[in-house]
Amino acid sequence: MTALTRGSARPNQWLRNLNAKIASIPMILTAVVIFLGGTMWTVVYSFTSSKLLPRLSFVGLDQYERLWAAPRWIISIQNLAVYGFFSLIFSLVIGFVLAALMDQKIRFENTFRTIMLYPFALSFIVTGLVWQWLLNPQYGIQSIVRSLGWTSFSFDPLYDADIVIYGILIAALWQGTGLVMCLMLAGLRGIDEDIWKAARVDGIPMWKTYVLIIIPMMRGVFITTLVIIASGIVKVYDLVVAQTSGGPGIASEVPAKYVYDYMFLAQNLGQGFAASTMMLVTVAIIIVPWAYLEFGGGRKRG
Amino acid sequence: MVTSNGTLTADAGAGRITTGPSGRKPRRRLSRRNIIVYGTLIVVALYYLLPLYVMIMTSLKGMPEIRVGNIFAPPLEITFEPWVKAWAEACTGLNCDGLSRGFWNSVRITVPSTIISIAVASVNGYALANWRFKGADLFFTILIVGAFIPYQVMIYPIVIVLREMGVYGTLTGLVIVHTIFGMPILTLLFRNYFAGLPEELFKAARVDGAGFWTIYFKIMLPMSLPIFVVAMILQVTGIWNDFLFGVVFTRPEYYPMTVQLNNIVNSVQGVKEYNVNMAATILTGAVPLVVYFVSGRLFVRGIAAGAVKG
Repeated sequence: MTALTRGSARPNQWLRNLNAKIASIPMILTAVVIFLGGTMWTVVYSFTSSKLLPRLSFVGLDQYERLWAAPRWIISIQNLAVYGFFSLIFSLVIGFVLAALMDQKIRFENTFRTIMLYPFALSFIVTGLVWQWLLNPQYGIQSIVRSLGWTSFSFDPLYDADIVIYGILIAALWQGTGLVMCLMLAGLRGIDEDIWKAARVDGIPMWKTYVLIIIPMMRGVFITTLVIIASGIVKVYDLVVAQTSGGPGIASEVPAKYVYDYMFLAQNLGQGFAASTMMLVTVAIIIVPWAYLEFGGGRKRG
Repeated sequence: MVTSNGTLTADAGAGRITTGPSGRKPRRRLSRRNIIVYGTLIVVALYYLLPLYVMIMTSLKGMPEIRVGNIFAPPLEITFEPWVKAWAEACTGLNCDGLSRGFWNSVRITVPSTIISIAVASVNGYALANWRFKGADLFFTILIVGAFIPYQVMIYPIVIVLREMGVYGTLTGLVIVHTIFGMPILTLLFRNYFAGLPEELFKAARVDGAGFWTIYFKIMLPMSLPIFVVAMILQVTGIWNDFLFGVVFTRPEYYPMTVQLNNIVNSVQGVKEYNVNMAATILTGAVPLVVYFVSGRLFVRGIAAGAVKG
């Protein structure tokens, strides 16, 4: 396709496909200036003592040492680990089970799918506020169960520092499992009918067919879903802000909120940059193995 | 029972045409399985619907009723006053003109952001699919990998860039930000779509002497309405639901609806008006919900293609 202009008398490489190059300028600028340049900028400034304004006064690993000495950061990381672990497992399991149920040639499939997916259309802020209301100990689920006669019943995750992260997890799963279900369902639909028939003829029970044959065949879908969920986990911010604002105390802080608070509220840019660089590292740890699996390590980038 | 049996026989009949020997499972067990399947799905559906139900019920009650009743009870006396208050009177920090201001801000952000990002990304995707030039793939790879980088890493450099351009804190700045962050997924979407169109069309047009833009406007555009709709759904819901960029890159008078909503509900002073809060929450969720319900199947395609974003 690119060879079409070769016949002309212009040997200039730069002028070939000029329109396509002009059309790609926004993409090139975004890729190089924002994604590459911006990321490098933040990494470089994470080694400085920037406070109110970014300054190029290098202090080595000071910001990182302070970061890892800060209880608030440690709690953020712990929360992210707990939230991430359970959210990965529950999303995948619930999403897959729902997809398998939806794949049983059921009636009203569209209705069920619509109901399970609508939370995904909502903002995290909306989701967070709704669940803040449902989990309100005075009016919500706790008070309902108590009014049924079980007066010692206690379920107020958003007000209990030990379990607050699970309160956030409930809301996150409510919003996100529909999407996982959809991706899994697409994966299940992509599997050849003949596999099922062969398994049935051989008398293999259904659950065994799923575990031993179907799930291994859906490896690609699982990897994609995993990456989507994982990159969402690292970014979790809005939900926490809406549901708990990081409280009670600092019990539900997450790294993304740490970054925002230090950059824009505490005017301590260096800490913000160091924390966001740690987020970058986390994502790299997730993405690199994925790129390796996806591209078989055959490419330099990806 | 009768209906479920009816379904079963129909299914078995349909299966027999293609299978030949059908499975050895007796019909009775299948029917019990059906009850389990539908039972589970109905329970799950109720769980998903519960918050929406509670939101609507709460928003239609007066505060005295909320204080005595439980959140699942339907309102004894329906009142639309919380809705009016949420829309026009609730206080968000400085001003007390409700969500209406945020709603119009969100409209003024979402409409241009959607149009510009789709226009830019569709031309980009077209260039990448049909007019490949050396090095283009490298930029594209950076772009796609960039989509996975947490926004927090790039926020501050963008603040500086916008400040240098003199648009920090304005709606223009936010539109630029949304265009930038919509680019990876939209470009990928369009590139794949255009690459899937028959190549002969493109070649024939080239032979006829059509250039870059002529082919784009006369051939590619008319053929790609579905993908444009998918991209639009993706962008409208994504941009409307954004919170982080809204709070970082705009001044309070330009806050989008999500930011205002959070300020109304999580403001510390005064009595918490749960009914107003829930009405405000529904109002904010209304636009993406309408998009979702109207677009149906296309929404599913959209998120499947663009689930990487967000």
